[in-house]
Amino acid sequence: MSSPRNTFRSYWVAIRAMLVFTVGLGIAYPLLITGIGQTALADKADGSMVSVDGRIVGSSLIGQSFTDADGNALPQWFQSRPSAADYNAAASSGSNWGPENADLIAAITERKAAISALEGVSPDQIPPDALTASASGLDPQISPAYAYLQVPRVAKARGMSEETVHDLVTASVHGRDLGFLGEKTVDVLELNIALQAAAAQ
Amino acid sequence: MVLALAVAQVAALALILAALYRPLGDYMARTFTTDHDLKVERGFYRVIGVDPKSEQTWQSYLRGVLAFSLVGVLIVYGLQRAQAALPYALGFPAIPPGLSFNTAISFVTNTNWQSYSPDVTMGYAVQMIGLAVQNFVSAAVGIAVAIALVRGFARRRTGTLGNFWVDLTRALLRILLPLAIVTAVVLIGTGVIQNFHGFTDVTTITGATQSIPGGPVASQEAIKLLGTNGGGFFNANSSHPFENPSALSSLFENVLMLAIPFSLPRTFGRMVGDKRQGYAILAVMATIFLVSLTALTLFEVHGAGTAPQLAGGAMEGKEQRFGVLASALFGSTSTLTSTGAVNAMHDSFTSFGGMMNMINMMLGEVAPGGVGSGLYGMLILAVIAVFISGLLVGRTPEYLGKKIGPREIKLASLYILVTPTLVLLGTALSFGIPAVRSDVEGTSIWNPGLHGLSEVLYAFTSAANNNGSAFAGLTANTPWFNTALGVAMALGRFVPIVFVLALAGSLAAQDKVPATSGTLPTHRPMFVGLLIGVSIIVTALTYFPVLALGPLAEGLH
Repeated sequence: MSSPRNTFRSYWVAIRAMLVFTVGLGIAYPLLITGIGQTALADKADGSMVSVDGRIVGSSLIGQSFTDADGNALPQWFQSRPSAADYNAAASSGSNWGPENADLIAAITERKAAISALEGVSPDQIPPDALTASASGLDPQISPAYAYLQVPRVAKARGMSEETVHDLVTASVHGRDLGFLGEKTVDVLELNIALQAAAAQ
Repeated sequence: MVLALAVAQVAALALILAALYRPLGDYMARTFTTDHDLKVERGFYRVIGVDPKSEQTWQSYLRGVLAFSLVGVLIVYGLQRAQAALPYALGFPAIPPGLSFNTAISFVTNTNWQSYSPDVTMGYAVQMIGLAVQNFVSAAVGIAVAIALVRGFARRRTGTLGNFWVDLTRALLRILLPLAIVTAVVLIGTGVIQNFHGFTDVTTITGATQSIPGGPVASQEAIKLLGTNGGGFFNANSSHPFENPSALSSLFENVLMLAIPFSLPRTFGRMVGDKRQGYAILAVMATIFLVSLTALTLFEVHGAGTAPQLAGGAMEGKEQRFGVLASALFGSTSTLTSTGAVNAMHDSFTSFGGMMNMINMMLGEVAPGGVGSGLYGMLILAVIAVFISGLLVGRTPEYLGKKIGPREIKLASLYILVTPTLVLLGTALSFGIPAVRSDVEGTSIWNPGLHGLSEVLYAFTSAANNNGSAFAGLTANTPWFNTALGVAMALGRFVPIVFVLALAGSLAAQDKVPATSGTLPTHRPMFVGLLIGVSIIVTALTYFPVLALGPLAEGLH
């Protein structure tokens, strides 16, 4: 039974075991994975960074805002989803507002009106991803429906034909993974980089 | 279309898990029954001073579990308090005492409740050598305890259950570490990051700036999920694109959470010498899983509630690449295991969807549950199920040839009482003590009204069941929640383990009674149905009143 000597012995074993595990699992293991990742899959291990003209402009996985300093949409860019984190990649977060929260209901109502005015569409045409904040606050993607909705406004702001911009969106639509997982997406940064390149031509 | 996609997603997951069931389950059974020690293991046993051939009584086994866990708490606490002095702290200061206490218990108990936001609190050193190490070892402790209970059924007339240090070491070295290495590399292949870059400041194409985080994420993500831990490297957890970049990685992460818990019934069947017993337990787990997943998916797709209706879908707190279906799947998997990771914000789920997450945890996390803890939880319910059926027909109940007598049923009943007591008491005290209530309502609760009660109920449900997910709007980094949830996590983990090991000891000491025509067969559909019924009724009767005050009232409003 539980004599003090046995108890003491258990702790002495536990301390030694934990120290060995800490070195092996806490230091050697992550360093091994880092070594493999940095050798074989460096681009991905480094965060799938995207460059334009040799300059890093972001990560293809991390969403960005395309607004002015006051948060107003810049009309010449496709807009990302609303974000509870303001696309601050150093502090990911969702809104955590519940389904009956008055603040959330007010925010959706406000976004509906703002997008309706900006894009010149009727409020019931706006897809849900455009009206709701993502889980991470860093969602890099929007639905194809929200991307197509923005085509006329972007084309007008840039003096490009709607057809050209529409084709850019179509080229940016990613199907579901393996054809059946998740949702169809448009990567906003990728699309805006393609847009910028097309506009420069 | 939605139906076809939902079915395809679950079918893909089920196929992968079915393919793993036999090889992984058999491998784990061999791991814990072989006499052979690897060379590296023999070296390790010499270093820690353990004779791998020595057997332990249940008391001695328990002493090992408790000593190892207490040392773990002290180390993780110390590392957090010393953060400022550690390398790769990213400039973050020492973690305050209350938060360090809560986090240390949280990770040692396999809960991974996070009262903090890692992005702005934890440097790489604490995450790697503190938290990720516990992700490994707390999972291994769970597996070891489950194996000890299985030995209780398998052995006869013996006073011993095996050796905790050997089971712990084998669970780590032969199961968790090899799986983690392979899956971490796969995760990097899907886009999960693995570097030591700190923050990279970039200028975007609009001329704005963004500070992009780095970190050893894939190595932690792999064991976070394989060990059903759930503590995110980032605040957004598995909804963060650097933790879970695509719908494909999300499916893979579901596999990681479920692989070990769903294969352990095979290990159990092997070790008790009757594979059909494993299939029966698997059938119970899989049925509850599918029914619960179906319900949660329907609630989220239907998208009831004022805000989801206004937006045209329940997309608040969900990522576009996952959509509703992959978010519902991840939420179910995470709360039906003891993982607690999220790829969508549960606080923003529909009222009934969020309630399903709570019910999944309230079931005791047995379908399939956490690594090890799911199996021992389900076996406790099986003991209660044979007892109830024995009462109905007036015979002494038996399970796997072991008599379920007064001592056994007392231990099983005490096990069942622990978590509901912690959940209901914790929630009640949060509102019952006037000073606490004003703090909870003024500081902690984020969503007003009924949803606020749900946030507190969710927190104690998650802590006592060692899940770790949250209605994360709740500000839990307060003296009350850091303390109360810390106590709930510790008692919710270790008090049940005491009963499990005591039960294992008492079963191992018995001889096996031969099955007769009056013995209830425990591998047939009738027993599967009975066990499902017992699992649900025990939960429903306990929690229905408080659910009626929170999510039910909100959803029916």
